[in-house]
Amino acid sequence: MSGILNLVIGLAMGLNLIALGSSRLPTLIRAVSVQGVLLGVMPVLMESERLDWRVLLVALATIAGKGLLIPSLLRRAMRAANIEREVEPFIGFVPSLLLGAVGTIAAVALARALPLLPEHVGMLLVPGSLASLLTGFILLIGRVKAISQVCGYLILENGIFLFGLLLIHSTPLLVESGILLDVTVGVFIIGIIVDRIQRAFDSLDTRKLTALHE
Amino acid sequence: MNSLLLIVVPLVGAALAALWPNDRTRPWFLPGFGLVHVVLTFWQFLNPPVVAPGAWLGFDPLARAVLPAVSLLFLVCAAYGVSYLRIRSERPNRVFVAVLLAILGLLSAGHQARHLGLLWITTEAVTLAAVPLLHFNNAPRAFEATWKYLLVGGTGIALSLLGSFCLGYASLHGGGVGDLTFTALMAQGAGLSRPWVLTAWVLLLVGYGTKMGLAPMHTWKPDAYGEAPGLVGAILAGGVTTVAFTAVLRVRAVVAASGAGPMADRTLLVIGLFSVVVAALFLLGTRDFKRMLAYSSVEHMGILCIGAALGAAGAAAALFHVWSNSLTKGSLFMSAGNIRRAAGSPSMDDVRGMAILTPRSAALFVAGLFAVTACPPFGPFFSELQIVRAALGSGHGLATAIFLTGLLLAFLGLTRVVFGIVDGRPRPVVKANSKDFVETAGVVAPPLLLLGLSVWLGLFTPAILRTAWLAAVTQLFPTP
Repeated sequence: MSGILNLVIGLAMGLNLIALGSSRLPTLIRAVSVQGVLLGVMPVLMESERLDWRVLLVALATIAGKGLLIPSLLRRAMRAANIEREVEPFIGFVPSLLLGAVGTIAAVALARALPLLPEHVGMLLVPGSLASLLTGFILLIGRVKAISQVCGYLILENGIFLFGLLLIHSTPLLVESGILLDVTVGVFIIGIIVDRIQRAFDSLDTRKLTALHE
Repeated sequence: MNSLLLIVVPLVGAALAALWPNDRTRPWFLPGFGLVHVVLTFWQFLNPPVVAPGAWLGFDPLARAVLPAVSLLFLVCAAYGVSYLRIRSERPNRVFVAVLLAILGLLSAGHQARHLGLLWITTEAVTLAAVPLLHFNNAPRAFEATWKYLLVGGTGIALSLLGSFCLGYASLHGGGVGDLTFTALMAQGAGLSRPWVLTAWVLLLVGYGTKMGLAPMHTWKPDAYGEAPGLVGAILAGGVTTVAFTAVLRVRAVVAASGAGPMADRTLLVIGLFSVVVAALFLLGTRDFKRMLAYSSVEHMGILCIGAALGAAGAAAALFHVWSNSLTKGSLFMSAGNIRRAAGSPSMDDVRGMAILTPRSAALFVAGLFAVTACPPFGPFFSELQIVRAALGSGHGLATAIFLTGLLLAFLGLTRVVFGIVDGRPRPVVKANSKDFVETAGVVAPPLLLLGLSVWLGLFTPAILRTAWLAAVTQLFPTP
C-alpha cells in the first residue's frame, strides 16, 4: 500500500511545482483542486486495512472541501471580480520553481533527521508536507494577486494536512474535523474580503494595500 | 458544569443579539451578558471547582488566574460599547454585538482548554470571529488592515496547528496512545520524543506568538489596532492575546516536563527581549497614537514572555502582569478612541491641543500613559518590578539591562506621541470636528474605572489573587 501512497504524495509534490510555475490563475486553481482530491484519497489508502466511517468521512470531506467547494469559490471570486487571468509574480516563475525544487530536495533531507514510527518509515508524508509548506510560503510571499495568495495559503494548509495523516489513527476526529472546518470557513471569509477589497480598490492587487505603514 | 456555562451563556447571548430586531437596544446585550459572565467567573474564582485530570475543559488554576481579568475587562468594554454604538448609530451593529459576545464565549473556552486540539480550535475560532470587528468602520484602510490580519494571523494559526501535530507525534513516538490533554502530555514527560518536542516548540511559539503579536510576527498588530474601534483594540490586546499567552505557558510546561525546559526558557527570553526592543524602536518612530498602542502591546507581550522565561517566580509575576496590562491597556484604548473620534484623525501631524477640546479623555490618556509605562502607583509598575526582581534573582543581569533600556526607550516614544497630541493649540479643522463629540459619562467612566482598578491592583493586590497566581504556577511548574 505504501507504494501507491508514495506515488500519490509524489503527484501532490509535482502539483506544487506546477502551482509555482503556472502563469495563469485558472491553472493555479486547478492544481490546488487536484491536490485537494489527491489529499482526500490518501487517508483511505493509508487505512485501507482497517477502514471505518471516520476515515471515510475525513476523505469525503476533504475531497468535497479542498477539491470542489473551495476551488469553485475561488473561480467564482475570480469571475465576480472580473480580474485578469495572469498571475503577476513578485518572485519570477523560474526563480520560484528553482526555490521549490531546492526546497523539495531539502525537505527530503530534513525529514531524515526526524525519527519516525516503524509503520511510517518509508512513507513520503513528512517530506511531502514540508515541501508543500514551503511552496505555500513562496506563493504567499511571491505573488501579487489576492487569489494567488489564497492558493498559496491552501497549499500551506495541504502540507499541514499531509502531516496530520501521520496522526489519523491516534487522534480523535475532533482535531481532524476542526481542520476542515477551519479551511472552509477561513477561505470563505477570505473570499468575502477579496470581494470587498475588489469593491474598495477596483482590483485584487495587494500591492495597492500600502496605506498603512510607518 | 459551570465552566461550560461560561462558554455557553455568551454564545447564547450572541445568538439572541443576532436575532434581536432593534439596533438601538441591541448594544445592551453586551453589558447584560458581560455582567452574567463576570458573576459566573468570580463565583468560580471564589469557589474553585475540582477539575478531573483528564478533562478537556475546565476552570483549572491557570484559567482561574487569568480568566477573571478578561471577564472584567470585557464588562467594562461592554459598558463603553453601549455609548460608543450610540455615537456610531449610522453603522448597523447586529454583527458587531453578536461577534463580540461570541468572542467572549470563545475566549472562555480558550482559557479553559486543557487539550491541545481544543485549544487550537478555539484560538482559530477567535481569530476568524474578530474579522468583522476589524472592518466595522468599512473604510478601505480597514479592509487593508483586515487582509493583513487574516494573512499573517492565518499563517500563524496554521503553524501552531502543525506544531500541535508535531507534539502529538512526539507523544505517539514516545509510546503514547493519542491522549493530547496537557495533563497526559506532562505525565509522559521524558517519554516524549525529543526531536519532535523541539520542532513542536518552535512551531507553537511562532504560531501562538503571532497571535500574541511577538516581534517579528507582530506586523498585523499596528494595522489592526490602528483601524479597529477602540474597544475592539482593548479586547484584542487584553483578551485574545491572553489566550495565546496561556497557550504558550501550557505548551512550555509540557516542553519543560520533557526535559527541554532550559532551552524553552532561553527562546522565550530572547523573543521577549527582542519584542521589547523592537516595539521600543517603533514607538520612537510612530506618529499615529492608535498604532502607538499596538506597539505598546507588542512591548507588553514581550514582557510577559520575559516573565514566563524566569522560572516560577517570573511566571507568577507574568500572571500579575497579565492583569495589570489588560486593565491598563483597556483604559488607554478607550480614551484613545474618544480622542480619535473627537479629532477625526489618529496622527499627531493633525491632532494637537486635545487637552482643550476633550479635557477628560486627554487627562485619562495621560494618566494611562504613566500607568502603561510602569510609573507607580499603577499596577504595571508592581508587576514589572516583580519581573525585574525575578530576573536579577536568577542571575540574568544582561537581560535585565536590555529590558530596562527597552522600557526607557518605550517611555520616551510614548510620551513623545501622547504629549504631542495633548499639548499645544488645536487646529481649526480638529476644533470644528470635535464639536460633534460630547464627553458623556458613558465614554469617560469606563476608562476611569479601569485605571482605578489598575491602581487598586498595584497598591492593594488582594491575597486571594496572589494565591490564585501561585496555584497556577504550581500547575505549570510541578515539583518533581
